[in-house]
Amino acid sequence: MNPQELLYWVRGTGLQIAAAVFVSGMSYRMLHLVLLGRKKSLATPRGSEWRSGLRTIWRRSLVMPELTARGRFTVTAGSLFHLGFFITLLFLSQHIDVLRAILGFGWPALPRGVIDITAILSIAALIALLAHRFMDPVKRLLSDFQDYLSWTLTFLPLLTGFMLLRGIGFDYLTLLILHTLSIELLLVVAPFTKLAHMLSIFAARWYNGAIAGFKGVKV
Amino acid sequence: MKDHDTLEHRLAEQGISRRSFLKFCAAMASLMALPPGSATAIAAALAQAKRPSVIWLSFQECTGCTESLTRSHSPTLESLIFDMISLDYHHTLQAASGFAAEKSRDDAMKEYYGKYLLLVDGSIPTKNGGAYSTIAGRSNLDLLQEAAKGAAAIVAVGTCAAFGGLPMARPNPTGAVAVSDLIKDKPIINISGCPPIPAVITGVLAHYLTFGELPALDELGRPKAFYAETIHDRCYRRPFYDQGKFAKTFDDEGARNGWCLYELGCKGPTTRNACTTTKWNGGAGFPIEAGHGCLGCSEPNFWDAGSFYTPLSAPTADITTVAKIAAVAGVGAAVALGALDRAKKRQAQQAHEKLTVKDL
Repeated sequence: MNPQELLYWVRGTGLQIAAAVFVSGMSYRMLHLVLLGRKKSLATPRGSEWRSGLRTIWRRSLVMPELTARGRFTVTAGSLFHLGFFITLLFLSQHIDVLRAILGFGWPALPRGVIDITAILSIAALIALLAHRFMDPVKRLLSDFQDYLSWTLTFLPLLTGFMLLRGIGFDYLTLLILHTLSIELLLVVAPFTKLAHMLSIFAARWYNGAIAGFKGVKV
Repeated sequence: MKDHDTLEHRLAEQGISRRSFLKFCAAMASLMALPPGSATAIAAALAQAKRPSVIWLSFQECTGCTESLTRSHSPTLESLIFDMISLDYHHTLQAASGFAAEKSRDDAMKEYYGKYLLLVDGSIPTKNGGAYSTIAGRSNLDLLQEAAKGAAAIVAVGTCAAFGGLPMARPNPTGAVAVSDLIKDKPIINISGCPPIPAVITGVLAHYLTFGELPALDELGRPKAFYAETIHDRCYRRPFYDQGKFAKTFDDEGARNGWCLYELGCKGPTTRNACTTTKWNGGAGFPIEAGHGCLGCSEPNFWDAGSFYTPLSAPTADITTVAKIAAVAGVGAAVALGALDRAKKRQAQQAHEKLTVKDL
């Protein structure tokens, strides 16, 4: 298989396999989570579950003043990474081309200069978070193989994507293959690791908020 | 080959001044990225070069490669240089036909055995004994294998000869292959392109005549001097790519402003060729300059690399349908396993024996 054939494969069959694993894996995991169910509470609700649940989804993304310095760093760097990642993912013209081909519609792209900044921000935030994970004794103790795997699988598409956009290191063909493969790897692994939090986080946050809301606790 | 057949002699006969000849040599040295001093070496070698015998075999092809050469902006020194080789067999260009044509090939192969250059355009069908393309009752496969034995080197002209090209496109009904798939014991140089740039062929021939060997090749057997960089690297629209300014249709404002054609399917970033520097039609332009994206014609399998109008970043297969089927499968699996979980839970509840005071 020559590099051109490999590129065709990763843009075609490879992406189909990755999409199939990702969509089936994520839909299975999310629905299975919901279907596990909870016993119906017989107590009288003291507040709204939905209101409190939705508020918690939003509130947990904010940097709260009561956090310690360590917590503040983690949340700030984490938020920066996620913000940069999603802006880069959703507003780079080449990514919109992919999404248009899949969804059937597109939207305007952000200027390349803005994407450069968001990509660099998210790469820098990821590196800072890894360094903090190594340096902080508690975080280091809590980290296992899956944490480092998740970090690597998230970092690679960002790194190869930035190199591709700016023509750094290798030729375009090699970088496009590496970038697409790294995304496919992320898609295949995501449903079965902590990376599944990309959807489960909403269910988990909502549930925490909903319990508090049911009990009349203000969140 | 006679002494008066030297290039210097032939050029003088055709009224080409030495000054023009030296300018050509300097241009060739520059084109092939050779050191400045090489122009003199090329001039000295070419001036005394005798006409090497060239046998040109055309197989499964459209004659576009020959058209590219013969219809190059002429008369040019390049075409005259091309005249300076002894083209002993080319079934489109030669005057002889039938038995006489085949005899001239046989004679050249015998007389210059081990010395002639073999130029091939077109791919070679291999299915059913190569019956899909024959010349004078003989299969292309047979002709190539015979001619390759006595060749000093083989030049695969065009993407069909170099990589299989259009005849090899899926489902490849004739079992077409490239020259390099069949011949393993001779130096082969691939001059890919659909068609290839005439100056690239001339450059390779000039290099061969000057140094007596083929130029440095890349991993696909193409001369590095012409195929080292991508169309994208040298494209005059590159600044617009870097700024993220793309034409969305062939006649929108972006297209009129000369913005990058990436979103219209340009394959320039993954295509190596010299179109941007040597250009076509006497330097008039190249496809991107004419407002159409690069098709990637000098790369292997370019016919099978998805639509010419799909951006390089976009998928080449249907992801939407696959995702829908996958979602249904995922939901189905979750419902089935969820039901199983609930059934287990019910069974456990039914089987549960309550602890009584008696048990304690």
